[in-house]
Amino acid sequence: MLLIPCPNCGPRDETEFHYGGQAHVPYPENPADLTDREWAEYLFYRDNTKGAFAERWQHSTGCRQWFNMLRDTVTYDIQAVYPMGQLRPATGTTAPTVTSPVSPEGAVK
Amino acid sequence: MTTEHLPEHPDFLWRNPDPKSSYDAVIVGGGGHGLATAYYLAKNHGMTNIAILEKGWLAGGNMARNTTIIRSNYLWDESAAIYEHALKLWEILPEELEYDFLFSQRGVMNLAHTLGDVRESVRRVGANKLNGVDAEWLDPQQVKELCPILNINDNIRYPVMGATYQPRAGIAKHDHVAWAFARKCDELGVDIIQNCEVTGFVKDGNKVVGVKTNRGTINTEKVGLCAAGHSSVLAEMAGFRLPIQSHPLQALVSELHEPVHPTVVMSNHVHVYVSQAHKGELVMGAGVDSYNGYGQRGSFHVIEHQMAAAVELFPIFARAHVLRTWGGIVDTTLDASPIVGTTPVENMFVNCGWGTGGFKGTPAAGLTFAHTIATGTPHKLNQPFALERFETGALIDEHGAAAVAH
Repeated sequence: MLLIPCPNCGPRDETEFHYGGQAHVPYPENPADLTDREWAEYLFYRDNTKGAFAERWQHSTGCRQWFNMLRDTVTYDIQAVYPMGQLRPATGTTAPTVTSPVSPEGAVK
Repeated sequence: MTTEHLPEHPDFLWRNPDPKSSYDAVIVGGGGHGLATAYYLAKNHGMTNIAILEKGWLAGGNMARNTTIIRSNYLWDESAAIYEHALKLWEILPEELEYDFLFSQRGVMNLAHTLGDVRESVRRVGANKLNGVDAEWLDPQQVKELCPILNINDNIRYPVMGATYQPRAGIAKHDHVAWAFARKCDELGVDIIQNCEVTGFVKDGNKVVGVKTNRGTINTEKVGLCAAGHSSVLAEMAGFRLPIQSHPLQALVSELHEPVHPTVVMSNHVHVYVSQAHKGELVMGAGVDSYNGYGQRGSFHVIEHQMAAAVELFPIFARAHVLRTWGGIVDTTLDASPIVGTTPVENMFVNCGWGTGGFKGTPAAGLTFAHTIATGTPHKLNQPFALERFETGALIDEHGAAAVAH
């Protein structure tokens, strides 16, 4: 089971979380202008990375907040946790870095 | 003291050749689907100068990791057609391949635990009958008669309210299926090349003309991808994307027991599927782990959850023990249906997205994919499963519709 460092609540069991798939997939700026191909890309195509993957999780039985996580899809190591809206951090760190915008006093140091 | 000599090693079922510099077609992936594809390419289309490239050992991926259930009771016409064709092939393959891989048509039961389940199940039985798929609706008493160890009392959280039953469904010995196909492929002249990992593709413009491997570059006129969980990785090497996500799917077996379980029982709602292998292990599985993963392992709470479901349905399993758990990487699509057909790269074809249910589809996947590779055109059974459906919107939404425990 993954031990996920929630930025608000600290490390919790994976069973408390809901998986949200690939992070950083913006809603199309001009939806009316999209071709069928572009709609297909937005609706059905996601990266299926083998290695470091930026994904969204929600702490559904805790603070209920969404956040981003960088996780290796082969080793399942969690490399970084960072707020929604923040750009993906550089990879290569060994210990997970946790950034919290909400309640710094509750964050994992 | 005399020394007993070990008996002679039995004949190998297939050669272990080095790759040639060129083939008429190369199949990437030496699992069930790759083997079946190569077999039908050789048998039905006379293409014998072909190779299967397997990065590990033959049938060591999902072909060695599935729970061996074979059924065709899918809701939608397109799915019923291809899975029922597969089931008909399963019925003749032991003779055709001259190998008894213990295909046992012991039936598959899909339990209903809610009023919604009952309505969905009865509807699916009707749809199945219209498509020529054997299906019946059983009330709880009939369920109990077919599988006496099932608990049909109303003292559990989700009592059994009935089940759909497909008598022709069942299980087969997965490893033997792979060996049966491999031996025939080899006899027909197909090179099965193990420990040969694809590292890239050689293209001439938008046309694939070769495969780069850790054992050298192989020229080829056609490439068929049968790599399940690693399909996205190969597609990326070739320069296109696939709408699939790779997830761990776990399964487990108990120690050996006397025969206690006469059929196959699947439950979507409390989420477990259970059969008893020929050797005696109770074989169980359930849904995928939620996150993307290539690690061939998953989280233990998924195993705990399906064991809890199994014990609720089969109280006597409470005294069984877990002998082994494992995981495979399954390639899921958003409509829970496979992708079989052409790709944006000329002369490259893809067979993927079978997700959690690829084993049962093996013969039909191979037969139709071989047709597509040989002729460059869809087979009538795989045409609806083309990659283009995600663009046209003609999805085949089997999520929750197909008695599938995703």
